[in-house]
Amino acid sequence: MISLSWYLIFAAALFSIGLYGVLARKNAIAILMGIELMLNAVNINLVAFWRYGDLARIAGQAFAVIVFAVAAAEVAVGLALVISIYRRRNTVAAEEIDLMKW
Amino acid sequence: MSGLEIFFLVVAVVTLVAALLVVTTPNLVHAALWLILALFGVAATFVLLNATFLAVVQVVVYIGAIAVLMIFAIMLTRRVMKDSGPQTNSNWVWAALLGLALFGGLTFVLLHSDAAGVSLPALSAHADPLAQLGQELVSPNAYVIPFELASVLLLAAMIGAIVVAWKN
Repeated sequence: MISLSWYLIFAAALFSIGLYGVLARKNAIAILMGIELMLNAVNINLVAFWRYGDLARIAGQAFAVIVFAVAAAEVAVGLALVISIYRRRNTVAAEEIDLMKW
Repeated sequence: MSGLEIFFLVVAVVTLVAALLVVTTPNLVHAALWLILALFGVAATFVLLNATFLAVVQVVVYIGAIAVLMIFAIMLTRRVMKDSGPQTNSNWVWAALLGLALFGGLTFVLLHSDAAGVSLPALSAHADPLAQLGQELVSPNAYVIPFELASVLLLAAMIGAIVVAWKN
């Protein structure tokens, strides 16, 4: 039997890798990819807790569906912003987008 | 070790290696392709967890829409970032240390929790998780408000994305 903690450790590793990508990458699109990895790790956790918890409650899967919708919205707006910034300032490097930096 | 355990380990290793390549490959198009492999691995994990509907949604929405959208965006903005130069900022050591610390801390907590002893409840033959999910998502006693909010959020995000990316 696959233990619950295997899934949780797998999701923790995926989340940490995504966190590294978000913090270390220069390219704004690569940062969005890191966020996708983190959201996927969260989804694995939600579904694993549903499977190993009370099966009469579907909350884990319902939340995962909501996370899918939020991820789609986030990536649509994020990529639109990246393309808009690329048009106006000709860069997609996150550290060069510092107009509002104090 | 049972066959399922070996399958889980293979899926986990492939997913984690693909995820590592996503965050380290200098070439962003390759990173997007590795992201697709990692998303497939997560879909396989959903299948292992008997969440077959979510596995299908993962393939259709994440791989079919989100990853393809990312590849489009990468190709539209490709000229400004050289594929060869360093793709990480000056804080990448701290980022790696933070990631490792988070993983170590979470693993430590998980190994000392009672998560390892949780037994897997059997799926009864007559219960259908998909029908249950569909009913609860639109049931006033369950998740209809988050579901409708997510719909409105998606619509607002779509209109917002069009407005933001509009020329001029």
